[in-house]
Amino acid sequence: MPKPEALTGIHGWGAYVPRARISMVDIARQWGWSDHQWKALGMIEKAVAAYDEDATTMGLEAAQNAVRRAGIKGEEVGAVFFGSESKPYAVKPSATIIAEALGITPVTMASDLEFACRAASEGMRASIGLIASGMLKYTLVVGSDTAQASPGDVLEFTASSGAAAFVLGRAEGAAAVFEGSYTYVTDTPDFWRREGAPYPSHGEGFTGEPAYFKHIMEAVKGLLSELGLRPSDFSHAIFHQPNGKFPVRVGEMLGFRQEQLKVGLVTPQIGNTYNASALIGFARVLDYAKPGERVLLAPFGSGAGSDAYSIVITDAIEGKKGLAPTVDHYIRAKRAISYSQYVKMRRMLVK
Amino acid sequence: MMRVKTPPVVWRSRNHRYKLVGSKCKACGEVRFPPVHFCSCGGEVEEVELPRAGRLVSYSIVYAADEESRERSPVIMGLIDLGVTRVVAEIVDASPEEVHSGMQVEAVFRRIGEDGETGVIAYGIKFRPAVG
Ligand SMILES: [Zn+2]
Repeated sequence: MPKPEALTGIHGWGAYVPRARISMVDIARQWGWSDHQWKALGMIEKAVAAYDEDATTMGLEAAQNAVRRAGIKGEEVGAVFFGSESKPYAVKPSATIIAEALGITPVTMASDLEFACRAASEGMRASIGLIASGMLKYTLVVGSDTAQASPGDVLEFTASSGAAAFVLGRAEGAAAVFEGSYTYVTDTPDFWRREGAPYPSHGEGFTGEPAYFKHIMEAVKGLLSELGLRPSDFSHAIFHQPNGKFPVRVGEMLGFRQEQLKVGLVTPQIGNTYNASALIGFARVLDYAKPGERVLLAPFGSGAGSDAYSIVITDAIEGKKGLAPTVDHYIRAKRAISYSQYVKMRRMLVK
Repeated sequence: MMRVKTPPVVWRSRNHRYKLVGSKCKACGEVRFPPVHFCSCGGEVEEVELPRAGRLVSYSIVYAADEESRERSPVIMGLIDLGVTRVVAEIVDASPEEVHSGMQVEAVFRRIGEDGETGVIAYGIKFRPAVG
């Protein structure tokens, strides 16, 4: 049942990417990896959060941009959903800090969600129901991560930092409208981080086929079948981007063409921002999308699950584009750092 | 840095630290950040959100920061002119050679302190170079 009775849309979107970038060459040199190892990941460089940034601070800047584009007051938001796997506090919500800073408190729902990289997407799914039912006027969904990677692990090439946020509300006046959504989850131990462990573990060859590819393909096929749509009906498709190669391959497997993936593919420039990975790609698509275009969005989270959304762009999008900095603004505003600066900034040097 | 990170201080200061809210005197119009309860002229004050864009008037660089701040050294402390008032805050996302008086800066929300590994985290306003 992918369609609610009343349609929900996106009233504002926003992103944040920290300025520091470390190149794949520097990471490879540090650990003696050969160039073909990072080239196979389709990566160029990745964004690194500063010592005083965390998922909450980054999420707030993305949320400020989303609220600016939505043109609403904080108190009109009835729920804040914060999706992250790098929460600054294991216990104490980030959602309340963001809600406080935006003037959304005190009459609001607020919670932090965890489902590896698709937690924020679950907030989007829940928002659609809360808004369609008439319970809430607007919700704020934030995906933000300072992704952890054990030094020397292959994850270190991709794990990066960034955030994306969306203000959802009724379809009237929205920049884009959810036409349908579909979720596919199973219990799959492809990637995890145990309580108290500083870095995640992954099931090596287990992360690809049975996890990423299986869940995204099932979610997208389920959505297309329910809506009676084909890949050629979409102008843009955005998939979760753990590296530069997986989203391209899953797109091909589903029958999407390269041009449909191009605008939403941001991981090669900024790395895998986990909860913000597909969502920053989606924010960039909204920066460029034209009224009438149809967009496919498919985030994925380990553990494992994927959501597929079909979203139609409306005329209202043009008036909102210039109200906040674009994803490209953040991609361009960058400063190169060395591996040793990276270690210091991620607070792995002074102990 | 010493007094920013106890739960009562974090809680009491969250409004002005999270939103860049200062005080404005109803009598003489003087704007202050952090906000004050009474103006030096004796007048009553009201809360006012300050502009987030400003100009760096001057700055100093602390190379040998104390133990808990060592990983953020060198620390750049700036005096920022917001038009309505001047504030003192840390300048981030810039190395000492990238900073100069007169540069345009913008407010950002960052960690301003934390009580060790297990205590409360204090958030507040810092400034970074503006990028056109
Ligand atoms: Zn006065």
